[in-house]
Amino acid sequence: MSIEVNGKTLETDEEGYLANINEWEEGVATVMAKEDELELTDEHWEIINFLREYYEEYQVAPAVRVLTKAVGKKMGKDKGNSKYLYALFPYGPGKQACRYAGLPKPTGCV
Amino acid sequence: MLHIVNKSPFERNSLETCLSLAMDNSTILLIEDAVYAAMQGGKFSDKMASAAEQCSVYVLAPDLQARGMPDEKIISGIKTVDYSGFVDLVADNKNVQSWL
Amino acid sequence: MTDEAMMDDEMDGEEGVIKKFLYVNRKAPYGTIYALESLEVVLIATAFDQDVSLVFIDDGVYQLIKGQNTEGIGVKNFSPTYRALEMYDVEKLYVSKDSMAERGLTEDDLIVPVEVLDNDQMKTLMEEQDVILSF
Repeated sequence: MSIEVNGKTLETDEEGYLANINEWEEGVATVMAKEDELELTDEHWEIINFLREYYEEYQVAPAVRVLTKAVGKKMGKDKGNSKYLYALFPYGPGKQACRYAGLPKPTGCV
Repeated sequence: MLHIVNKSPFERNSLETCLSLAMDNSTILLIEDAVYAAMQGGKFSDKMASAAEQCSVYVLAPDLQARGMPDEKIISGIKTVDYSGFVDLVADNKNVQSWL
Repeated sequence: MTDEAMMDDEMDGEEGVIKKFLYVNRKAPYGTIYALESLEVVLIATAFDQDVSLVFIDDGVYQLIKGQNTEGIGVKNFSPTYRALEMYDVEKLYVSKDSMAERGLTEDDLIVPVEVLDNDQMKTLMEEQDVILSF
């Protein structure tokens, strides 16, 4: 599988996660969101960028409960809760946001 | 606790680490290539003989036979078990640690 | 488990039986797949909220060494992930005093805070466990 981003063809795995994290650019998230009929807002980008920083630091895509906790620590309780994150990423903040951020599927999510 | 070791002590340090971390009165079972450790006259024989005094040490007979290791050369104090004896050891112990 | 199912679990607030799980790591990081496999199993298993401890013995202590850089060998450097374990509520990391000494290592050489155990302490820790998984 693959996606088209700014005229480039980027390889993805069978679940739509980017095969090579280094090929990520903002357009990847935009294109993926469009396929899900989702308009990315600043709030979405805040989480996507947070995930990219998290991966850079720890080399692991966090499980949803870990993401929730980490977001809470960085951005406060208003954002570090399931309700807020699921409202932004209805397919699941662990999986959907990691996919947009170019990360692998979170370890521990099937 | 049942400790299971499956690598030759001449190739890996699993057995030595197991011996240093096994509590007195625990059970040690030698299987696969670890059965060589049960034989007399080798570098590890003295260590195994004293381990057999502190712990219950068993060796799996089919693995000995497969490798041509004769019963009469097994270090005294080490007992042989067959597969059903192996199962009994697992069932009789609260937990099992495999030393890979 | 799906994200949705996981959220449901959290909301149910059901508490299962909590067992003591010990992961025993005895292999260096890149020569074999054991170290990475162990780390992944630990991360996955944290979803089940059990009482988890990790020990590093023999060459396993090399997994925690600072300054690993795998660019030249073309495999992922997973050592930073040990620093994420705390966020997965895995807080009990132990290393063998003997294994550290044999390799000329001290706690300052490691990327995460650990507790150093002598053999008697290690024996006790192992004896307390319900399940021991070896890698």
